[in-house]
Formats: sequence, structure tokens, C-alpha cells
Amino acid sequence: MSTPVAIGAPRRLVEATVDGQVVRVPEGSTILDACEEVGTDVPTLCYGDTLTPRNACRVCVVEVEGARTLVPACSRKVEDSMSVATDSERVRHSRKMVLELLGSSVDLSTTPGIPEWNERYDARPERFGPRAEPAPMGEREARRAGEHTVGDGMAAETVEQPTKIDNDLYVRDYGKCIMCYKCVDACGEQWQNTFAIGIAGRGFDAGVSTEHDLALPDSACVYCGNCIEVCPTGALMFRSEYEMRQEGTWDEENQSQTTTICTYCGVGCNVTLHVQENEIVKVTSPHDNPVTHGNLCIKGRFGYQHVQQRRHD
Amino acid sequence: MDLHFLDAVPEDAEREAVDAVLGPPDSGWDGGTRQASDLRFAEGGHVARGRRDLLLPALHAVNDRVGWISQAALDYICRRLTIPPAEAYGVATFYAMFSLKQRPRRVVHVCTDIACAAKDSASLCAQLTERVGEPGSEDGEFTWHESPCLGLCERAPAAVSLQAGDPPRYSVAAPANVDDIVPAPGEVPAAEASAAASANGHGASGNGHGPSLDGDRPQRRTTFSPETLPGPAPEPPPHAAVPQAGDPDLVLLRRIGVVDPTSLDDYRANGGYAALREALRLGSAGVIREVSDSGLVGRGGAAFPTGRKWDGTAKRPETPRYVICNADESEPGTFKDRVLMEGDPFSVIEALTIAGYANNAAMGYIYIRGEYPRALWLLENAIELARARNLLGTDILGTGFDFDIEIRRGAGAYICGEETAIFNSIEGLRGEPRSKPPFPVERGVFGKPTAINNVETLVNVLPIVLQGGPAYASIGTGRSTGPKLFCVSGAVERPGVYEVPFGADLRELMEMCGGVGTGSDGRERVPRAVLLGGAAGGFVRGDELDIPLTFEGARDAGATLGSGVILVLDESVDLTAILVRIAAFFRDESCGQCVPCRVGTVRQEEALVRLSQGTGARRTDLALLREVGDAMRDASICGLGQTAWNAVESAIDRLGAFGPQEEPTL
Ligand SMILES: Cc1cc2nc3c(=O)[nH]c(=O)nc-3n(C[C@H](O)[C@H](O)[C@H](O)COP(=O)(O)O)c2cc1C
Ligand code: SF4
Ligand code: SF4
Ligand code: SF4
Ligand code: FES
Ligand code: FES
Repeated sequence: MSTPVAIGAPRRLVEATVDGQVVRVPEGSTILDACEEVGTDVPTLCYGDTLTPRNACRVCVVEVEGARTLVPACSRKVEDSMSVATDSERVRHSRKMVLELLGSSVDLSTTPGIPEWNERYDARPERFGPRAEPAPMGEREARRAGEHTVGDGMAAETVEQPTKIDNDLYVRDYGKCIMCYKCVDACGEQWQNTFAIGIAGRGFDAGVSTEHDLALPDSACVYCGNCIEVCPTGALMFRSEYEMRQEGTWDEENQSQTTTICTYCGVGCNVTLHVQENEIVKVTSPHDNPVTHGNLCIKGRFGYQHVQQRRHD
Repeated sequence: MDLHFLDAVPEDAEREAVDAVLGPPDSGWDGGTRQASDLRFAEGGHVARGRRDLLLPALHAVNDRVGWISQAALDYICRRLTIPPAEAYGVATFYAMFSLKQRPRRVVHVCTDIACAAKDSASLCAQLTERVGEPGSEDGEFTWHESPCLGLCERAPAAVSLQAGDPPRYSVAAPANVDDIVPAPGEVPAAEASAAASANGHGASGNGHGPSLDGDRPQRRTTFSPETLPGPAPEPPPHAAVPQAGDPDLVLLRRIGVVDPTSLDDYRANGGYAALREALRLGSAGVIREVSDSGLVGRGGAAFPTGRKWDGTAKRPETPRYVICNADESEPGTFKDRVLMEGDPFSVIEALTIAGYANNAAMGYIYIRGEYPRALWLLENAIELARARNLLGTDILGTGFDFDIEIRRGAGAYICGEETAIFNSIEGLRGEPRSKPPFPVERGVFGKPTAINNVETLVNVLPIVLQGGPAYASIGTGRSTGPKLFCVSGAVERPGVYEVPFGADLRELMEMCGGVGTGSDGRERVPRAVLLGGAAGGFVRGDELDIPLTFEGARDAGATLGSGVILVLDESVDLTAILVRIAAFFRDESCGQCVPCRVGTVRQEEALVRLSQGTGARRTDLALLREVGDAMRDASICGLGQTAWNAVESAIDRLGAFGPQEEPTL
């Protein structure tokens, strides 16, 4: 494979400091890029390597000298002589609170990174009290914008609700959704252009939804699974993975990953087969692949059954 | 784009309402009847998508006509504009005034916000619940909701009734009592009222002003019928909210109560449009120079220098540029913009025209909150009359300057007063704030340079152009130049909008309002606390009345003027209940984009409920509030989250709302 050759004028470099360390990055780079450059780890949740940043989660905030508020590292561009602090008291406090606020309202059990970050920032989501009962199916979606019943404050409200299982290919467990907007952007104009899902409702009651909360088979969804590819929390999950987790047989440690080329058509998308005990359990796609950037169609994503069918013959 | 639609067929009324906004469909491609010729070509696409900004008006049209937005109606709108239904659904569900479920034609919004809570809106709600059921119950002839501030605080408690139909009608009850709000049996038509009964009748109307019928004016098209719904007593005229009305020393409120707000002739007879002529004489750069010299800063809350904003916008190379009048006025306790728009609507139109001229803008928008039917009606009337006299349109006053104004009506979302949320709302997207930079001056509505200003800010431009910037700057103090409007409500004798030159202190203003007066028991009332700047502002104690009402003075006192709210609470008010209401407000109005605000406002409310009921560990909850508050202030995307803890913090620290402060320990 040949490496792509950069064309166009080389980009000007801008110089900034990250925690006192001087760093030079091409103009237009984000603070996150600069942090990577100097090897400073910044937690991210809503940032997606294949998507335009929405800077919604605020877990990546950093302190920029002279700025009134903290700024999101994932989207703020580096400017000349910018001075960035990634571990100040203010930064640590806001990151801790974001983790606690999310942890107390969302089921983060399948979100990678959380245990480590909670420890790093001393985040204790249980401080907000016992969790409220999950809402019955459909109740959250039916709430009207700008209205809620004030509770007694004795339980921390959450977004938890039953998992939506309405098709054979993937499930939507919005009790795990942190509202990163990534699935919506992947389904919409940034990748798939199908626009099957959007953000509906407002405030704490907002959520990802099809129009009128229709079941996926009645919606515009084409089951490309590109939303699953970008979901950082496991809210969107292969039905196979979901069922194995329910049965307690999901065993990521004992899975192998093989990247190969999809056999269905001539585009030549790369597919990564996740295999446990000689069974394909889910399919992802490498985000750095120049052809697909992690995107597939229904065939590459879900059309692998024939491979295992042979075995049972 | 290959969109997926439902097969539901809209009712005739739904289709008519949408077509009235979008015009009839051209072909089967954009929602019309499919014909053989449609098979030969494809159309829609870019052209239709370019009209995405008509989504919000189309949703309003259906909601206004039938009272709710059915699946079929939403689908039809989507076909007409090539909008994915999931996106349109996301937009429709963002706004409190729209319903995606069938409901009665009449919806009553009963304010339970701070000023109304202080005037016992709770018992109004209790009576309503007893007579007709819980808020939101939809089995009767009408439905009611508890509402955030309706901008009628001087006449608290307030209620606004809206009734769908052709045309839709409204009424305002303030102060409201339950008999005014509950319609008589059979009063609300189950089906659409016949057109004849509610024709856009230009008769006597109950809203304080019969439309004047001078001249052979074209038939007006206004959203709401000028004939208000039966029930409450006629709404007092706009100048009833201005105790100083008629005082010749007034600048901004000069014409209120003096001119007929429906008459362009009367406006001109009282000095109207002299400023536009002067501006056209000065030239764009000249106007911006006067505005810069005047020292005018924004009255919408952020106090940004207007001259600098305009200079930045006018200098941008990109075209077209836009100007926007921010008339969303939803900060609890604020009603000055309503009074300006209702009492002197032409001044808003004239000022925005001058802004358009100075910024070299192609178009102006007035973004007005959805719960201001009378102001909407008067502005629509004013724009139409100004167009007819070539004060808007092409070649204005023969100078070659082209400019027009469109009104966009919000639909129940406080966040849509935030400048970048307005852009999204106008563009037909969810009203979520954008992250800054880029700032509106560079990339505003439709991605083009935009100057957005508050109604009061704009109206200040008229005297600036007429007197000159330096003369204007001589009014007031230091960095706070010019006259300022204050919205006084709560425990004062004469609540209303007051105009004072910057420099007066809180005590002087309270004296102008007749002081706090005596309570129902005949005893002298004691001001316990004053909320300055609205829910996003903060409390000061009743014994801190020496605070100068200037931007610097307020800041030095650790307070803020915000949008000019002065809401006085006396000893009779349950302060902790007010704090829970403020927390509930922010929770309801958070757009939901960012975690600190979306979840932080929920945790803030929960902790305040525990504190007010004495059910939690006090010290832990106070510390928790502070921690959540600090993160909301520091890490939220926009001003809503950043200020959501201001009032609560000031109540704890300044008023000692939950007892004496101790070092928080965790
Ligand atoms: C949550 C929020 C709500 C706002 N609501 C309003 C409003 O209703 N009216 C207004 O003029 N400005 C409002 N603002 C301020 C605007 O963002 C903006 O600063 C203002 O329109 C600029 O005009 P000015 O410079 O004339 O004040 C709001 C800001 C925030 C953060
Ligand atoms: S599977 Fe594809 S089409 Fe369906 S919701 Fe996800 S991204 Fe959209
Ligand atoms: S479902 Fe996943 S990708 Fe979509 S918003 Fe929620 S967490 Fe993000
Ligand atoms: S601070 Fe609140 S209102 Fe503003 S963007 Fe964030 S969630 Fe939305
Ligand atoms: S990762 Fe930057 S805001 Fe979410
Ligand atoms: S109208 Fe009720 S608080 Fe303003």
C-alpha cells in the first residue's frame, strides 16, 4: 500500500506550552493534538477520531491562561503563545465532577476508561445518593420539554430505562448513553447520510431517537452499524454481544481480532472480525482505513453468518 | 439524500397551514400529488433544503392551526423541505410550546416563576388542579401547564391562553384568577371554528388597542387574531406597565403611552424615523462611530460594547451579513423588551433598520419569544406599515439602501435567547448554543457575519444617532453610559418598567416604586432580599440598598445588573421554595448538550429539595452544591450552565438561606 502524499502548502507551525512544556504543532491543530504531541494524557468521551468534535461531555477540559472558563481540549484550536494547564486544581475539579455527574446518571459499566479516570480524579458518583428506579419503557421519550415533576431529592435521577431490542442485529440501551452525539453524526451528514436518528427532547430528558420513537425496522435505518462503531459507551451493541453479556459468556480477554477485506463487493472495506471460541461475535472496522474510516454497510458489518454456517454442515 | 417518510396522510387543515407558509408544492417531489411528469425529472434537493429555516415557522403554523403536530403533519413538512423526519422530530420536541400528542385546542400557560410565586401562583395552580385536574391533563376542553416567567411580572400572577384555529387567538390574564382562565363549557370549539366567526376582524379588540383604521391600508396578515379570547378582563394598555409614562424627561420610554402603537403616522408625528434619516445622512461608518463614542454596551445581560460589535461585523469581507434583534426575553423577572415592543413597536423596527444600515446587512430578523402574542401582533403590524411606506424594502427613502425584516417566533425555550442558539433556531435546527469561537461577528446565522442585539440596546441607538455619541455618553457614570431600564416586580408598591440614567442606587429606585409598602395585615413590609439580574443574576440583602445600579457598581458589590431585573422579596416569601423554583427553571431550560449543565442542574435541584425539606445532611449538601456549581460555571458550554448556580450561591452566601456558613467538610 502506498502512503498518501501531502499536497498543498505546508501548514504554519504554532507554538504553545502544555504544562510548561513547549510544543509546536501545525496551525489548526487542537489542544488535544498538542497534548498528544507532548505525551500528556487527556481523558475524552465525546471526541471521535473520525468525527467533527461536538465538545459536549467536557471531560477533556483544560485551563488556558487568560480564558474566563475552562476550554475543551478536543475542539479548541491551539493559538500562538497559548499557555495550557491540563492538571490544575480547576481542571481536576471539573473533570472529577463530569465523571461523577455522568457516573451517577448513566450506566457506565461498559464504557472503557471510566474506572481508571474515576481513580485518577477521585470521582465518587455514589456521593449523590442512591440511584432512582429506571424509567419504564417509553416514559422518558414521552416527556414534554421544559416540564418535570420535582421529586423529593432522596434518589439521584438517572437516564436508565429498559434496553430497546427491536431487530436481530443490534440493541440500543439508552440507559448507557452519555449523549455524545457521535451516533447521530455518523448516521447523518458526517458519514452515512441516512439520518435515521437524531437528538430529541431537551435537557436531562433529551435522548437519541428515531422520529416519534419508532422502532428501528420502521425507521430509515439501513443497519450499517456505523453508529455502533463510534458509540463510546456500549449503549449501541451488537445483538450477539448483548446476548452473550446477558448469559455471562462474553469474554473479551479471550477474543482475537483479525482484520481482513470484506468479500461482498469491490470497494474493499477493511473489516475486523472479533472472534471468541471460533465464532465471530462482532465486526468493527479500522478507523484509520483511508477507504472507510471505520464505516461499513450492513453486509460487511452483519453479514458474517455464512462463515460460521459452514462449520455446522 | 434518500429520505424515508411515513405513509400518513395529513388532514386538509394541516396541509393548508403548511402551504400557507411554504407556498403550494411544485410537484410530487416536494409533497404534492404525484403526476406522470414527475417521473421525467427529479427536483427538490438543494432548493428545498435551502429553505430549512422555514421549519420553525411551518411547525408553528400547524401547532397554531390544529393545536398539535401529528405524525402526518410532521411528515408533510419534511417532504416539503427535504428534512429527515428524525431531525424535524428532534427540533419539534425541543420546544415547550409544541405538542407531538393530540391535545385540546386551548393551552393555558400559568406562570409559577419567581415573581408569580411571590404572588401566590401556588394557590392559583391548586385551584386549577381541583377544578380541572393536574397540569397537562388533556381530557377536558383545555389543558394547562406550569410555565416559566411569562414576562408579565409587574402584574403577577400571570397566565397566557393560546387557542389554535384560523386564526389562532389568545388572551392574557394578569393578575390571573381561576375564573378567568377556565373557559365556559362549550367555549372552546372541538373542531375548527368557522372562518366567519373569527375572521381577522378589525373591530374593537380586548387587548387594549383596537387596530387603527386610518388610510386605505392593505389587509393585514397577523399571526394572532386581534380579537382576544373571552374570559379575562381586557389587558391594560402597554403603558400601564410604565409608572413614569408621559414624563417628558424620558428617553427610551418617551413615546410609551403617548403614541398609538399601531399607527405609523402617529409614530412619525412624535419624532419617529428622524433617526433613520439622520443615520442615512451620517453614513454607515458615521453611525458606527457615534455608537462607539456613546459607550453603549449591550442590555441583554453580557454588557458587550455595541460599537465594537458593529465595527467587527461591518468590516468582515463575507456577505451577506445579518442583523438580529434579540427579543426572546425569557430571563425570569424581565419584561422591559415586551413593554418597548408593545408600547413603541416602530422604534424597534426603526432601530433595527439603522443597525442593518450600519452593518451593511442584507436582512434583519426579530427573534421574539413565543409567549408574547400582543407584541408579535404589534410588530407584524408595524413591519407591514413600514414596508408600505418604503421604510423597509428596496431603495429605502430613495437612498439606494435595501433592507427588510422578518420575524421569527420562538416556541418556549429560554436557551433560545442565547445568541448562537438563536442562530440554530432560525436555521431550523435544535436551539442548542454553538461553541465560541467562532463568534457571531465572524460566523453567525447561516454562517455569515451577524450583529445580534437586545431590543433595549437597539432602541438606545435612536437617541445616540439623534444627539450624537458624545452627548449620550455624558449621561450616566464611567463605563455605564446612557439611560437604563429596570424591571421592578415583587414586593413594591408600583411595580413596572422604570427608566433612570445610570448612577441611581437601589434605594432611590425602590423609592421611585413607592417602596415595599404595607402588607395585608397593615404592617410595614420589610424587604428581605432583592434579586438583581434575574435567575442568572444574584440576590442581595434587603439592607444592601446602597448598591449603585451601574455595571461597575454592581460588580464591585459582587452582584450583576444582568437584564435589569429588580425583584423584591419580603419576609412573607418562602425563600427556599424560590430557590427550588430557580433550580427547576435551569433544569427545564438546559438544552442538554453538555454534561455539567444537563446533569448538574438536576443534582442542584435535588440537593436544594433536600436542604429545603431538611431531609439531608446539611453540610454535605451545601458542599455538594458548591462543587457542582463550580463545575457548571467553569466547564459548561454556554452562559446558561455558567450562571445556573449564581442565584443559589448568592442566597447561601449572602442571605444565609440555609443557616450560617461553615467550612465545608466532606
Ligand atoms: C441562557 C441565555 C439566555 C439569554 N437570553 C437573552 C434574551 O432573552 N434576550 C437578550 O437580549 N439576550 C439574551 N442573552 C444574551 C445574548 O446571548 C446576547 O449576549 C445578547 O443578545 C447580545 O445583545 P446585547 O449586546 O445587545 O446585549 C442570553 C444569554 C444566555 C446565555
Ligand atoms: S445502523 Fe446505520 S443507518 Fe441505522 S441508525 Fe446506525 S448509523 Fe444510522
Ligand atoms: S448512543 Fe452511544 S454514540 Fe449515541 S449518543 Fe449515546 S453514547 Fe453517544
Ligand atoms: S450550558 Fe446548558 S444550555 Fe448551555 S450548552 Fe450546555 S447544556 Fe446547553
Ligand atoms: S471529549 Fe472534549 S468535550 Fe468531550
Ligand atoms: S410573569 Fe411570572 S415571574 Fe415573570
